Amino acid sequence: MSEPTIDLRAIWNESGVQAVLDALDAELIGLAPVKKRIREIASLLVVDRVRRDMNLAAGAPSLHMSFTGNPGTGKTTVALRMADLLHKLGYSRTGHMVAVTRDDLVGQYIGHTAPKTKEVLKKAMGGVLFIDEAYYLYKPENERDYGQEAIEILLQVMENNRDDLVVILAGYKDRMETFFRSNPGMSSRIAHHIDFPDYKDDELLAIGALILKDWNYQLSPRAQKVFLDYIERRRTQPHFANARSVRNALDRARLRQAHRLLEGGVNVDKAALQTIEPEDILQSRVLAGVRAVPDTKAAS
Amino acid sequence: MMTNTGNRITQGQFSFLPDLTDAQITAQIKYALTNGWAVSVEYTDDPHPRNTYWEMYGNPMFDLKDPAGILLEINECRKTFPNHYIRVMAFNSLRGVESPAMSFIVNRPKDEPGFALTRQEGPGRQIHYTVTSYATAKPEGERYS
Repeated sequence: MSEPTIDLRAIWNESGVQAVLDALDAELIGLAPVKKRIREIASLLVVDRVRRDMNLAAGAPSLHMSFTGNPGTGKTTVALRMADLLHKLGYSRTGHMVAVTRDDLVGQYIGHTAPKTKEVLKKAMGGVLFIDEAYYLYKPENERDYGQEAIEILLQVMENNRDDLVVILAGYKDRMETFFRSNPGMSSRIAHHIDFPDYKDDELLAIGALILKDWNYQLSPRAQKVFLDYIERRRTQPHFANARSVRNALDRARLRQAHRLLEGGVNVDKAALQTIEPEDILQSRVLAGVRAVPDTKAAS
Repeated sequence: MMTNTGNRITQGQFSFLPDLTDAQITAQIKYALTNGWAVSVEYTDDPHPRNTYWEMYGNPMFDLKDPAGILLEINECRKTFPNHYIRVMAFNSLRGVESPAMSFIVNRPKDEPGFALTRQEGPGRQIHYTVTSYATAKPEGERYS
């Protein structure tokens, strides 16, 4: 008699992971390496669960992660999906995410930090704790900084309550690397380092289209070209935050569109209310000096 | 107190039952959390039944989603006060209710000496009763040690 076999595919389908991954694919543009890594983690967890059912103990997999990347590359969004994914796979009991920064963990006077950090940790138990800009916890220039205390409590809980919560640290790549170098204990407890690449121009345009679709707006074909130009220029300017910059730019375009419609005339149709035209984007400070769109004018 | 062997004090829920295991405590807390009640951990070494206000251990815990955090606090309290009474309270903050919805003991001293009953004769053969715990003769913090 042969050994019983297990249909991994069936378990995969049954867990509902595919739905989360599909949503990830549909709603997040680009980020191919991130998606690949998440798929790998999901596979590992499914296989691990099957192994556990067959009594092949391997110890609970360490799930703490670090997300590095520039602002606006989707770290928080992916963390939310990750919480959902872990919940579906049974590695997180509630699947909720608590997002915190240094302020929520570090106290203002002696003895304030420990209860504060513990409170946050307790709130995150059963789910995912997302620490944004985690490197601010460690301030080497001030040796009386209470951040170190928060890190120590965090490390302890990350080790002892591995079944209860998953910690995700996020921040800029270079600063996170310095942070990990100066906190080797933290680095060794994090199994998955995922790097979020910057978006390409066309990806940002697609993201913009997705955001607008959500708001029931759309870019006119000419406006699309102008917007691509806008993204190119915006990238070279300071404080460029990828998808967030796109979102803000569209917010302002919406503002100008409303203004243009009111100034322009009384009668508008549904299409006019939905469409963002090149002039709504051209007025932007980023495109100052670019008034005409040479090759697109002729086309329309 | 012949019906209550071992002089175990009985107050709150489940106090006539054997001590709850951690898994059972977790299940009870989970029930409280799904109802949206705030759970807190309290301790005392004065077992008198009219001693309603116990000391709170740490801060009250609001907005928790999972019992693991509270179990963590219970175990820490047990470590600090291994020979005290420790109870878990669930507070229902619903307007108009605003009172504890659950309360059960999760830790007891190893040895509970029970209560002395004092009868005081009043006018007209009236009797006043007083219960005093044998443990409370010593000052706070030194009882049950």
